[in-house]
Amino acid sequence: MNKKTVWIGLVLLAGALVVAAQQSEVLIKITKNEAVVIAVPDLHGSGDAQQYMGAFNQTLWDDLENSGLFKLVPKSLYPLDTPQQPADFRLPIQRPPERRGAPPPPPVYQGPWLTQWSDPPVSATYLTFGYTGIESGQIVLRGWLFNVKQPDAAHAQLFGKVYLAPAGEDGARKVAHEFAADILGQFGGVSLAESHIYFVSSRKPGTKEIWRMDSDGSNPKQLTFYKSISMTPAVSPDGRLLAFSSFAKGNPGIFVHSLETGRRLPFYNDVSSLTTTPEFTPDGKRVLFASSVAGWAQIFIANVDGTGMHRVNYSRSIEVEPKVNPKTGADMVFVSGRSGLPQIYRMTLEGTDPQRLSSGEGEAVNPAWHPDGQHIAFAWTRGFAPGNYNIFVMDVATRKFNQLTYGAGRNENPSWAPDGRHIVFSSTRSGSAEIWTMLADGTQLKQLTTEGRNTAPVWGK
Amino acid sequence: MKQRQILFVLVALALALFAAGCKKKVPAPPPPPPPPVATPTPAPKPAVQLSVEPSAIERGQSAMLSWKVSDATDISIAPGIGAVDARGSRSVSPADTTTYTLTAKGPGGEEAATATLTVTLPPAPVATPTPMPSLSELLAAEVQDAYFDYDKENVRTDASAALTKDAAALKQIFIELPNATVVVEGHCDERGSAEYNLGLGDRRATSAKEFLVSLGVPADKLKTISYGKERPQCTEAAEDCWQKNRRAHFSAGQ
Repeated sequence: MNKKTVWIGLVLLAGALVVAAQQSEVLIKITKNEAVVIAVPDLHGSGDAQQYMGAFNQTLWDDLENSGLFKLVPKSLYPLDTPQQPADFRLPIQRPPERRGAPPPPPVYQGPWLTQWSDPPVSATYLTFGYTGIESGQIVLRGWLFNVKQPDAAHAQLFGKVYLAPAGEDGARKVAHEFAADILGQFGGVSLAESHIYFVSSRKPGTKEIWRMDSDGSNPKQLTFYKSISMTPAVSPDGRLLAFSSFAKGNPGIFVHSLETGRRLPFYNDVSSLTTTPEFTPDGKRVLFASSVAGWAQIFIANVDGTGMHRVNYSRSIEVEPKVNPKTGADMVFVSGRSGLPQIYRMTLEGTDPQRLSSGEGEAVNPAWHPDGQHIAFAWTRGFAPGNYNIFVMDVATRKFNQLTYGAGRNENPSWAPDGRHIVFSSTRSGSAEIWTMLADGTQLKQLTTEGRNTAPVWGK
Repeated sequence: MKQRQILFVLVALALALFAAGCKKKVPAPPPPPPPPVATPTPAPKPAVQLSVEPSAIERGQSAMLSWKVSDATDISIAPGIGAVDARGSRSVSPADTTTYTLTAKGPGGEEAATATLTVTLPPAPVATPTPMPSLSELLAAEVQDAYFDYDKENVRTDASAALTKDAAALKQIFIELPNATVVVEGHCDERGSAEYNLGLGDRRATSAKEFLVSLGVPADKLKTISYGKERPQCTEAAEDCWQKNRRAHFSAGQ
């Protein structure tokens, strides 16, 4: 085989890879159609606990439904006799058929039983139940998860557990989140109840501040008060530090805040017209960012206080948004204009081995790593006019991608939930820029914000 | 009954006081006229008159000082006039209020008279003198924006013409206001990402600055800042609006 043949072979191979990359396929499997079927009847509270059960039942239902792991059976199909504890199950009386060969008559139920939940119309595999009460100022939840396909109650239990929190609606939500987290854990799911979404909000004209909310959009809280433009938030992996860039001191520079005290921590910004798009390394010890200290925006790395700053790579182009692989900590994706319009590239943390991941069509920006370190989500104008971004997911090894949104407004700044199944992003589909979540297959869209203009969400601790 | 008695006493008391008061005012008899003194007729003292008409003027106007003296040989008016004849008048226009004193000496002695001319300041003119325009006003009036193509920072032909004029204007401004610094702002349209646009606006500002410096504008007088797409001039989603936002703009430094 001569060199020419090898060359042609390589070209053909490259062509095949390009074709493969064009094919759209679901990369992150969200097996909703074959999801686990679960019945989640309302729990009751004894005495004073009952007043909090509305909040409890809604939280439990939402956490399980939002996980995307389950198919929740509608409550209208449930039997009237709901168990509250395992001892409530009563073996039904099964009479013999009236004559040989005749179908057995329906069982005579003495109380709740597994088949009431496993048979139609409920047709569930799993059932949650339990009860709450107030004991010495605490709301106490006793909760169980049963596999109702088992033949008897003794074998049906997956787990039963006691949960405690201060009595009140917040306490009721807390025990519901914890119960839901344990149920998700049984199916390899990760609870998002303790996670937060950080974002940029413009609620007063001409200003942008950093805010935080729960993963379902509740409890929004303003974190910065610079009355300036603060943007590009990033959260350390341990959830203790917030980094962002702000015009509060003149030219854009990086600010680091403690999320525990809310106070600003020292960060040394070198004299530069622009320092922006900070991102923590997976060990939380260093910060990558873009600085124009050398003349134009290039990727730099420094300690979390800004000291020990050094340049990662050298190009003639604008380079921003470095994002370190959370699994390896050794490679990064970033946005560069080195081939014209901005595209997604990947290189090592030493700045070597740069490769373009997006095809060069349109503009590809806002890369975000999946927790598995193998996939990214990003915003791309592929197939649309400049400015009309959609959310895409790509396997960085094969460069296969699939598109999750289709031209409903501008869809930008995707960020993965810790469960690797949800994506938060900003979209103008409702008429103004707001924060939305969806499953990584583009389904289960949910709008989390309505007040002001909200952008640049980051899902963190 | 008792009240009437009290009233009676009070009225009687009042009348008594009135009568006592009247008694004191009885005029004393006039003193006898002095006896005529026979004296030799001496030389008469000088008779002097000095007046100024009008007695008040605004600064810059004039008034007429007039005098009339008899029985004197040596007559002078101070300040500033000196020896004068026995009758005369003189136009005066002092800057401040002045009291003129005429002194006349004659065989019969010396006599003086004064006249004061009050001088007021004219009211301040309504039109104040034109103040120096501020740096912001100079920049707004004389330094125009330079516009860029989408995703580009190179200085295109129209921007080159604009920046060439700007260079001349800025050099003049820095002569007039030697302590001034000017900020070159880089802006982008809304279509690119917020993050990339910070980098792009930074390059546009640098590109405009370098062009100006190449034409002799002092580099240390120009600072750069990128506003990315955070401070749009125009917010409609249309090309003519986007073009207005893809610019280098000049503002006053601190």
